[in-house]
Amino acid sequence: MSANRPLSPHLQVYRLPLTGLISITHRMTGVLLSMGLVLFVYVLFAMAAGEASYLAMQAFMSFWLFKAVYWGFIYALFFHLCHGTRHLIWDIGKTFDRATLDKYALIELACSALFTLITFLLS
Amino acid sequence: MVEFTLPQNSVVKKGKTFKAAGAANIRKFEVYRWDPDTNENPRIDSYEIDMDHCGPMVLDAILKIKNEIDTTLSFRRSCREGVCGSCAMNINGKNTLACTKAIADYKGTVKIFPLPHMAVVKDLVADMSHFFEQYASIKPWLTNDTEAPAAAERLQSRDERAKLDGLYECVLCACCSTSCPSYWWNSDKYLGPAILLQAYRWLADSRDTDDQARLDELNESFKLYRCHTIMNCTDTCPKGLNPAKAIAEVKKMLVRREHT
Repeated sequence: MSANRPLSPHLQVYRLPLTGLISITHRMTGVLLSMGLVLFVYVLFAMAAGEASYLAMQAFMSFWLFKAVYWGFIYALFFHLCHGTRHLIWDIGKTFDRATLDKYALIELACSALFTLITFLLS
Repeated sequence: MVEFTLPQNSVVKKGKTFKAAGAANIRKFEVYRWDPDTNENPRIDSYEIDMDHCGPMVLDAILKIKNEIDTTLSFRRSCREGVCGSCAMNINGKNTLACTKAIADYKGTVKIFPLPHMAVVKDLVADMSHFFEQYASIKPWLTNDTEAPAAAERLQSRDERAKLDGLYECVLCACCSTSCPSYWWNSDKYLGPAILLQAYRWLADSRDTDDQARLDELNESFKLYRCHTIMNCTDTCPKGLNPAKAIAEVKKMLVRREHT
């Protein structure tokens, strides 16, 4: 037996279905949300530390790049919430039907966009 | 372990091209090749096929390559009708059985690789030994410690029998397991969708009395719980089965046992 057997291509060739793409995005948003908490704590800290620090934080957060990060964080939060809910439904053994997998995935994406939009309109 | 790139010896290079001179209706097939008798890396050979003289399925094209163009090509096949599970491979990015997949379902070049993230024996032949060892580990046979009826088989009601539908059809082709990123990274410990569907096949069987021991065996963070419901398995199964649902049922059985 040859010890030099190659490993066949995997990520290099596999075409992930929508549910697969959503699954990896769920994990990535989870990591990014944890990192985003640092920024969140900074905002809370600035609010608690008095008027001067609050104004400084507000100026900082109004910069377009941080605004984009902020809204990205909110979208990631809703996306993570929606797919998390999907996981709960899966855990009771429902919505595994092959024909409806993509439909539910699109509903998740639509809901997370909708929730972000509602938050934007309310803010 | 999670590794996104291929090891040095597995990086795929460009290979040879075989032209189909004088053919009017040509389809290009790119096929993964690796020869254990040389020290070279795997390569992609491309073959032009005269579709006016080729059967309709991907397996027909592969057989035509073997018979008429390049006899050195190795692959597994047997039944040519989707019941043996031998010709499982990755075709245009998805795992399926070459014998039941029509060439007409694809547009343009057809790209053929062995089942993903497996040790390659030669060309499209992957080493399945570990997969079948895992299958043996779940004791895939009927266990019943009650005395057998004297005059008849162990009978099932229609409802009991119906619970095996969607499970007994599995041909162990490994399309699902080798589509699963969890299985790619942890196949040493995680059983993967095919084997877990088989495990549930015995748990769901009314004639089997070994449920508790079977569940004890599976109730472990890697063997079962590396399933993160990515759903590639259900998406790719060439028999239209639902391994992800079977795994969820096993998880449900464990929860129910825990709380009753």
